[in-house]
Amino acid sequence: MMRLPSPAALPRVGLSQGERRKSEPLSLRERGRGEGGIWPALHRALQHVERAFDLAFGQRLNPWRHLGALCFWCFWIVAATGICVYAAFDTSVSGAYASVERITQNAWPLGGIARSLHRYASDALVVIVLAHLAREWIAGHARGFRWFSWLSGLPLLWLLYLSGIGGYWLVWDRLAQFSLIATAEWLDWLPFFGEPLVRNFIAGESVTDRFFSLLIFLHIGIPLLLLTGMWVHIQRISRPQTNPPQAIALGFLIALLVLAISRPALSGAPADLATAPAALDLDWLYLGIHPLLYAASAGALWVLIGGATVLLALLPWLPPLPRPLAARVDLANCNGCGRCFADCPYAAVTLQPRTDSKSLPRQAIVDADLCAGCGICAGACPSSTPFRSVEALVTGIDMPQQPIDALRLELERAIASLKGDTRIVVFGCDSGTDIGSLAASDTAALKLICTGMLPPSFVEYALRAGIDGVLVTGCRYGDCEFRLGNRWIEERLAAAREPHLRPAVPIERVRIAWAGPTDAEALSAELVRFRAALATLPIAAGAGHVRPKRAEVAHG
Amino acid sequence: MPKALRYLAQAVLYAAFVAVIGYFSTAPRYEHLPADEALIKLSFSHAGERKEACRERTPEELAKLAPNMRAQTVCPRERVPVRVEIVLDDQPLFHVLAAPSGLAKDGASTVYRRAPVPAGTHRIGARLSDVPSGEFNRAGDVTVELKPGHVLVIDFDGQTGKFVFRS
Repeated sequence: MMRLPSPAALPRVGLSQGERRKSEPLSLRERGRGEGGIWPALHRALQHVERAFDLAFGQRLNPWRHLGALCFWCFWIVAATGICVYAAFDTSVSGAYASVERITQNAWPLGGIARSLHRYASDALVVIVLAHLAREWIAGHARGFRWFSWLSGLPLLWLLYLSGIGGYWLVWDRLAQFSLIATAEWLDWLPFFGEPLVRNFIAGESVTDRFFSLLIFLHIGIPLLLLTGMWVHIQRISRPQTNPPQAIALGFLIALLVLAISRPALSGAPADLATAPAALDLDWLYLGIHPLLYAASAGALWVLIGGATVLLALLPWLPPLPRPLAARVDLANCNGCGRCFADCPYAAVTLQPRTDSKSLPRQAIVDADLCAGCGICAGACPSSTPFRSVEALVTGIDMPQQPIDALRLELERAIASLKGDTRIVVFGCDSGTDIGSLAASDTAALKLICTGMLPPSFVEYALRAGIDGVLVTGCRYGDCEFRLGNRWIEERLAAAREPHLRPAVPIERVRIAWAGPTDAEALSAELVRFRAALATLPIAAGAGHVRPKRAEVAHG
Repeated sequence: MPKALRYLAQAVLYAAFVAVIGYFSTAPRYEHLPADEALIKLSFSHAGERKEACRERTPEELAKLAPNMRAQTVCPRERVPVRVEIVLDDQPLFHVLAAPSGLAKDGASTVYRRAPVPAGTHRIGARLSDVPSGEFNRAGDVTVELKPGHVLVIDFDGQTGKFVFRS
């Protein structure tokens, strides 16, 4: 395959070099991971891990791409098993331990399994939440327009910790005693309490039934706050995925059940405030903070935890990122159809009553503060069709940094310049594999901000102009930088979503190959296979009907 | 990858996930207190005496006040900090100067300290100062047999003015 001299960065027409530099979509580097250093290495490592999981689960069922939904799933398991355990729990200080023992010994139907599942699902929630946080951080999603999702997730860490640790206290065994006293000693460092909290646990008689009622109230109330916080956390995205695919949900449930049955959660000896526990089988996922208290000091632990919280809270603005250019609505070409509203992954587009004289009820409005600048709305717009016989293709909603008209111009140039027996146009995105390396004399590579920005009519346009095949690529499925891009384009090309690829288009000449930043070789191989498959097809009827309209483009 | 192999790989990954959870839910074991040690906790809440004694206002001072504010006796609210020393087998264990609580420093001084000590028989002496002069005006001592893991709480009863040793 002959390569073009410098295909690494495909130019985008329509903007001057200076404008492009200023307004190009945020690259991985720009999203705050720095040039070189640890961030690109971490991102590559994460990509490799996810690719390894793809081998086992496939791209669509890879748990790494459903971590948020898995958090919800674990929460529901914890809630359901918690209700089951609570039904048989004695909320008195003298009866709590014995009732948990009865539950564990299956006095309550399946009580032991419910208790174990309650505990292990809570632990799984911690692991998944931390993985979710780390993944989004590594992917650069702590910053820029995603600040709300990041910041609203932060209190959830504290609420999760408080929800979990309270459950350990209710068992009222040696572990509960240790955790309660350690927590009180930690809290007493704060200058809020006149009387030290820990004095409540100096002697056995100081712990009362009323105190246990308070613990129960907290152990139910805080998870409800956590759920409310989770709801707030997903408010800035449209179509949030709160249920994982059934296969993963079932897989996690079975795995946790196996753990619960094979290694039941057990209580320690009953709490005895006259003695101090010597060695403890600690749940490090929730109680690991206590050894830090005794290894350092309460003040040092507050500095550590408080500092980490403040640092996480400031991450979106360290340093501030320039806002991506927001989509712009051209009212003259907007008929208020609502497709951009339906497809926007960040609920940045709303439909409002018409403000011009057209006899149409609605128009699209873009909230620039919410807009990610992904261009998915432009791909959804029915007026983004290159077949329109206008000199300048102005669409109802468009991206200033890569207008649809510029994309048509670029496509026409590519079509005119391609040579060879099997000519292919590849549409890719900024966040997936760098398709620049695929460009050759018989292959044009057109980069979009997001593949979801591609109107299906561009595929038909290329094929009708005589191109033999169109390869659509982008981030791995479910890993779209802008959440829904590869889902929408798949549905559009499968005629399951508007705007759809027309049935007359020979679908065998269109191929989708999702490829992440580390999949360049795999994508090259896919292109070779696609070319071979195209070579076996008969010449398509209708090919060559469309010709570039402007002579300067054809010659350019 | 063949389907059977994929399912096998999934099972391995799920197993690895729950193995991590199963392990860290109870391990590694944390040694909070060495097996041959006991714990002494010093914990009390006690208000020291007022820093300045109550005094009678002079007629001139009273005259300057509004008629409804002319109380003859005035008592400054601030209390002295409570100083406490605990000695274990003639070796100092705790020495705490606890400031009174409250913005006006008129509340109780509270103390909480913990210290692991070797198990065995110990002689514990305690003395406390809650007067403006700073002298130790309260004292107590006890000889206790502390078994491994036992907690001895040293409290101070402000009503009786005596130390309470609870084990």
